[in-house]
Amino acid sequence: MLSVSGLTKVFDQQPVFSGFDLTVTRNRFAVLIGPSGCGKSTFFDVLTGVTAADAGQLCWQGKEVGHLGELAAYMHQKDLLLPWFSLLDNSLLPARTGGGDLHMARSRASQLFSRLGLSGYEEHLPHQVSGGMRQRCALVRTLMFNRDLILLDEPLSALDAITRKSLQSLLVLLQSEFDRTLIMITHDVDEALLLADDLYLLSVKPMAIREKIVLHGKKPRRFDDPELLSMKDTILQKLQGDIDHVSC
Amino acid sequence: MSRANFLALGILLLLLGLWEAACRILEIPHFILPPPSVIGRTALLQAPLILPHALITGLEIICGIALALAVAIPLAMAMFAYPWLEKALSPFLVASQAIPVFALAPLLVVWLGYGMAGKVLMAAIIIFFPITVSLLEGFKGCDREFRVLFRLMGAGFWQTMRLLYWPWALPHFFAGLRVGVTVATIGAVIGEWVGAQKGLGYLMIQANARLKVDLVFAVILWLSLMGLFLWFGVGWLERKSICWKENH
Repeated sequence: MLSVSGLTKVFDQQPVFSGFDLTVTRNRFAVLIGPSGCGKSTFFDVLTGVTAADAGQLCWQGKEVGHLGELAAYMHQKDLLLPWFSLLDNSLLPARTGGGDLHMARSRASQLFSRLGLSGYEEHLPHQVSGGMRQRCALVRTLMFNRDLILLDEPLSALDAITRKSLQSLLVLLQSEFDRTLIMITHDVDEALLLADDLYLLSVKPMAIREKIVLHGKKPRRFDDPELLSMKDTILQKLQGDIDHVSC
Repeated sequence: MSRANFLALGILLLLLGLWEAACRILEIPHFILPPPSVIGRTALLQAPLILPHALITGLEIICGIALALAVAIPLAMAMFAYPWLEKALSPFLVASQAIPVFALAPLLVVWLGYGMAGKVLMAAIIIFFPITVSLLEGFKGCDREFRVLFRLMGAGFWQTMRLLYWPWALPHFFAGLRVGVTVATIGAVIGEWVGAQKGLGYLMIQANARLKVDLVFAVILWLSLMGLFLWFGVGWLERKSICWKENH
């Protein structure tokens, strides 16, 4: 479905990534995990067209594209809700900017509000609700993009543990109930292990995939599974080893 | 009444009391420095004389503000939309502030006559700069993540301006407008000093020439009240326009 080949980005003659390859198949939850500053965010910037790649190819459903800016939805670690709009108006932004049918969009947004436990809060302003509710509203807005691919930029990193747990379930819902393909970047190993189908372990700059781990089992997974715990240790050791190697 | 308001009122009463006492104890002639009680009485008793002039000055200020807004808002938007335009115009804008605007007043009388036009232009010239600069800075201060989000939603520049940049810049705009409306009063009065047949500036010059210092002070009091009215008017408009702001 999404194929990235030979992607290269150089800043100040230093390659952030060079010849980066990645293939994500339909309805998979791909998680790219790597230490802070390894180039994950730059990779997303290239995918979304915020910055141009120096070389490489992006293919979406078999067709070459310049970037995924108008093909993918995007959810950031900040909720990015506009404080002057109500939660409902925030969720309708993709329809308003994309020229969609507002009446239909409103009815769909209402259904999603109900599904994600936001009923009754449609007219509240973002500062009047909790961080978790704001993030759920951001999730509704992400779904309102009506795009098959969703890019998640550490979407839960700014949340407390309890809210984070409930939103992890919602992210799984995005994949299973709404049939979306997700690519998430994170540096949180726990989150990656709980949510990923395909876990890509990244090396430090120049960023490259050092290992792909395919995970199975019902999600979000539980951490009482000894296999998962041992996998977490291994991943942490590898990431730490990478950082130590660079420091030396 | 809050503690701050109480303190402000206390300071005002103390200063007025000292002034009143100094005038009485030192027996300062009223044509040199009238006491506040005399100024207050003159301001009230001479209201039928002052009011028509105040209306003229008020109209000049309002028209000046409207003219400044009509130029500053589109210019700030254009400079934000086209950074090359900002680069080209910035030196001129900064240089325009180096010209003592009051020195232009006699020229404006020559060019535009003794009517309202010169005073309106004078007020507009004075407030144009703070509004343009603060609005432009407001647009430029918009967080990158929000810009990226709008870009990914496929929003055009003007759509983003309406939904994102303009509301984002409103607090900056009002900060500039608050500064602007208070100095607009100065612009209109200076214009009237140089050449006018009506207005509070004209009345001050007339009263001063006849050593009616209490009337001069009464006019200054009226001008101050007009400035305060404009200041609080902008504050009210600001609260209405950005009621979404947390803890506003």
